[in-house]
Amino acid sequence: MEDLLNNRLLLGVIVVVIVPLIICGYVIVVERVLGRLTSATATRIRPWLWVLPAVAFVSVFLIYPAIATIVRSFFSRDGETATFDNYTWLFGRSENLIAIRNNIIWALLLPLLVIGIGLAVAVMADRVRYEVAVRSVIFMPMAISSVAAGVIWRLMYDIDPKAGTLNAVRGALDQEPAAYLSTEPWNNLSLIIVAVWMMTGLAVVVIASGLKGIPQELLEAGRIDGAGEVRIFRHIILPLLSPTIAVVTTTVLIFALKTFDIVYVMTNGNFGTEVIANQMYKQLFAYTQHGRSAAVATLLFLITIPVMAVQVRRFRAQEETR
Amino acid sequence: MRFSNRDQLKHLRLVALSSAAVLGLAACGGGSSESPGSTDGGDPGNEQLSGTVTILGTWSGAEQDAFLEMVAPWEEETGVTVEYTGSRDLPQQIAAGITSGNLPDVASLPGPGFIADWADQGALKSLDFVDAANYQDATPAGFAELGEVDGELYGVFIKAAVKGLNYYNTSVWDGTEPATWDELTAALEAQSSAADAAWCIGFESGAASGWPGTDWIEDILLRQAGPEVYDQLFSGELSWTDQAVKDAFATFGEVLDNTHGGSTYVVNTNFGKAGNPLFADSPGCLLHHQASFITDFFANEAGATPDQYDFFPFPAIDTSLPAAVTGGGDLLGMFNDTPEARSLIQYLLSPEAQSIWAERGGFISANKNVSVDVYPDEATRQAAQILQDAEVFRFDGSDLLPASVNDAFMAGMVQFSQDQSQLDSILSNLDQVTADSAN
Repeated sequence: MEDLLNNRLLLGVIVVVIVPLIICGYVIVVERVLGRLTSATATRIRPWLWVLPAVAFVSVFLIYPAIATIVRSFFSRDGETATFDNYTWLFGRSENLIAIRNNIIWALLLPLLVIGIGLAVAVMADRVRYEVAVRSVIFMPMAISSVAAGVIWRLMYDIDPKAGTLNAVRGALDQEPAAYLSTEPWNNLSLIIVAVWMMTGLAVVVIASGLKGIPQELLEAGRIDGAGEVRIFRHIILPLLSPTIAVVTTTVLIFALKTFDIVYVMTNGNFGTEVIANQMYKQLFAYTQHGRSAAVATLLFLITIPVMAVQVRRFRAQEETR
Repeated sequence: MRFSNRDQLKHLRLVALSSAAVLGLAACGGGSSESPGSTDGGDPGNEQLSGTVTILGTWSGAEQDAFLEMVAPWEEETGVTVEYTGSRDLPQQIAAGITSGNLPDVASLPGPGFIADWADQGALKSLDFVDAANYQDATPAGFAELGEVDGELYGVFIKAAVKGLNYYNTSVWDGTEPATWDELTAALEAQSSAADAAWCIGFESGAASGWPGTDWIEDILLRQAGPEVYDQLFSGELSWTDQAVKDAFATFGEVLDNTHGGSTYVVNTNFGKAGNPLFADSPGCLLHHQASFITDFFANEAGATPDQYDFFPFPAIDTSLPAAVTGGGDLLGMFNDTPEARSLIQYLLSPEAQSIWAERGGFISANKNVSVDVYPDEATRQAAQILQDAEVFRFDGSDLLPASVNDAFMAGMVQFSQDQSQLDSILSNLDQVTADSAN
């Protein structure tokens, strides 16, 4: 197994050629078998057999690890039964509580800022001729990895006016340099702004496409009836955009909950900026506390479930109206 | 893409070659040609070495160049290729490698704490082919034991660093070299008009932010409370809330009160840039406390030349205690026991190999047989001399702590520098993390 993993060429061949071959083979075999059954039975069984490989993959790579993680969270570092010890630790340490508090701040502020700015930019850009240019510029940070964004913004926030862009601006205005990353509680906002910078592009692009889907007749009808632009926005555009906004909100919310790279690169949780995912990483890789790390992961998982549930329900409702 | 594929193929071919060579050796009863205890490095003897040795190290940039220059003669002699990868995330990468089985042949080891873990897991291989007695004689007192697990050698030092040196700008500081803390305080007082503040301190270091502060506490504790208390604290026997530790923090607190830019500068300035105000037109500080490697940063970050700076060793605090030095070093270990890896480690331990890096600068040899004359500048020579003459030598204490305690120590320093009134809660938290690290 080890040799196989090291032999990347062979591994590549297996993934690219052999795996699809096996799947095709499976489909052929399934059809052969179904062909021998009566057509009514075949129709009933076919979907199940077709979906089986996907279910198997999801079980092995998603469901099994998730269950194993939850189980692991009830065992100590050495694999001995620890019942709720890892959870007592999780909710008993002040640094963990700070992490949970910060994730709540992230989950509230990030979607708010991203949707707010995204909506404003999308609606306003919709009315100008250089819309594509505006969208492209705002979307660009999306292409940057979170780690790179963290490094870029660490330089932006640098206390030394010779290195830090923002403090250079302050210097030009004859103001003392500000410690953006070490001044509590504002430093959490400094970190969230990095994520806003990264995510707003996504919001703008998705909302802009939603805007294009709103029939012009509706807006014109509103204008003829004497509604002002603000009213049209509030009573026509916003309600029609709400499904789009909901999709963006959940995406951004999940990003906020699992935020890690930005914090790890910029403060590593110092100055009261710890977040849950960074704590999970530290416990697992730095302290080899697998049980605790699993407990943190389970908490994160539990927090994400309601968000996912809302997302799935909306998705279903949308499918039905279609 | 095409290039990386070609590299991949080349890599595969080399791996195939080297594994064939290992198999061949094993077939002829490999290892018999290795005379036990030989320390003469670089001599392939009658052994046929070939293929590659993969190395994962912490050195990058200029240090990486120096390391590669150091191994070049060995490569030439043996025909073996060294494939070096530099990493800033070494512990994590090795931990992941142990799980996946994808490990380098030879790697830097982050600290004595990790060695025991990795040796227990069977990942780190014993260096029983190194003549332990010879090696112990050649390294500064207290070094060799740090690479041992149950009396067996698993990690060896090829590079050392002297910590707790106080650097100054030769055109600002009057050259006084205080022998005691009181003399130092008096000298700082007398020269206070020469600079904005007494000290320059910078804690920022990414995920390891705060470590320069841990060095401060170690230096103070060793000289204020003595080596025994120091050993007790860093072996987990002494409580962090002990008065001796509190006193050390209090002494450092006085230092923090007299730093350039105050706590905002301290926590937001990278350790590598922290000393820059020493060389500013209007000097920001008189002294900068750092390990011997900092001269590299003086050159690259502040653009200072060797004649612009000098240092004096950390002064004694309680003069009844023996003269002590703190330091650190780079450990090297072996994860794949191949004849090539063995030969390379033997070579790297030799004074000949270490002289190559020493001559380039920014390096203090861990081998006492490297003459102090090879160092390119007076400051490094002096630092090397301090290490060789040390009456009491102590390894960087924080590196001996469990990873979680070390992290909490570093984070605690950041917190302390921002708000000294938090000391009690910082120290009791450290006690809690220590008690907890065993779970």
